[in-house]
Amino acid sequence: MEYNPTLPIYLQTANAIKRDIVTGKLPPGAKLPSVRDLAVEYTINPNTVSRVYKELESEGVCFTRRGMGTFVTEDSAKIDMLKKEMAGTLIRDFLEGMEQLGYSRHEAITFLENEK
Amino acid sequence: MVLESREATKTYGRKTAVDHVSLELEAGFVYAMLGPNGSGKTTWMKMAAGLVKPNSGGILYQNQPIGIESKKEIAYMSTEPYFYSWMTVADVGKYYEDFFDDFSMEKYHQLITSMELTEDMRAKKLSSGMMAKLKIAVTMARKAKIYLLDEPLNGIDLLARDEIMRTILASIEPDVTMVISSHLIDELERVADAVLFMKEGHLIRQCMVEELRISQHKSVADLYREIYGHGGEAVC
Repeated sequence: MEYNPTLPIYLQTANAIKRDIVTGKLPPGAKLPSVRDLAVEYTINPNTVSRVYKELESEGVCFTRRGMGTFVTEDSAKIDMLKKEMAGTLIRDFLEGMEQLGYSRHEAITFLENEK
Repeated sequence: MVLESREATKTYGRKTAVDHVSLELEAGFVYAMLGPNGSGKTTWMKMAAGLVKPNSGGILYQNQPIGIESKKEIAYMSTEPYFYSWMTVADVGKYYEDFFDDFSMEKYHQLITSMELTEDMRAKKLSSGMMAKLKIAVTMARKAKIYLLDEPLNGIDLLARDEIMRTILASIEPDVTMVISSHLIDELERVADAVLFMKEGHLIRQCMVEELRISQHKSVADLYREIYGHGGEAVC
């Protein structure tokens, strides 16, 4: 994975895992890799991985079973909501970018409709 | 705090290699020690490893001065190749097993296999990338509390660097402390909890890297440029 070195690694990693959850690559109830395995897979610091899992837990996207590991939530409504939240972030970033270029919201939508 | 450097100073003739360096290392953290060649990284590590005696000040491991006891729990990987040229990969393992009580032959086998080294390879015939892997394997096969890795990524290609970084990460047990020196910053950006910047024998700055990214949207490379680029006063 390509990281932006000026943004927190734990947020970038959490977002990558969320993408895998909403696309079904990590299905509801799936077990996430151990802290060490994820650190090796992404070549990142193990303490950062712990922080990633804490963040995902606090958002209700994952849960931890003592001694068993961290799992994707089994609540599919929660996953749908997460997907919509992520879509919302993309839309807001897009609209903000268009506004900076001087386009109105209406013009931005026209751009979207004409984009193949 | 697991290791404390108190005003540690080492001079060679008229040159001060390490100048009153004070720092505290916490268990379970990965530290990147950064700075140009000649900034004192190697000399400081050698003092922490008990191979070089400070002229003044000192280094404490678990509140005790560095010595025979600390050497049992602090693994040091130097930049110089330190195997006899006649040795095979298998000989290197046996040599280490004789020296260190915490050396695990099983772990060594697992590490050399995962990095595609074989026991019959001769040390003198290894490429620089393979030699770097052998050094890492033999160091990480010790069950130490602190690992001091001096330039583990120097002079080897990108793929070997990735492999070595992954091997290091896979070997970190909870509560183990790592200090990795380098002048390659990109490789350590994602791996370090904290960075220690050395310049002309001084520790001139230390910084938690996620905090740097969170609060200042800066990379370690940005900070490095600020510190060494124009001698400016970087904040962190």
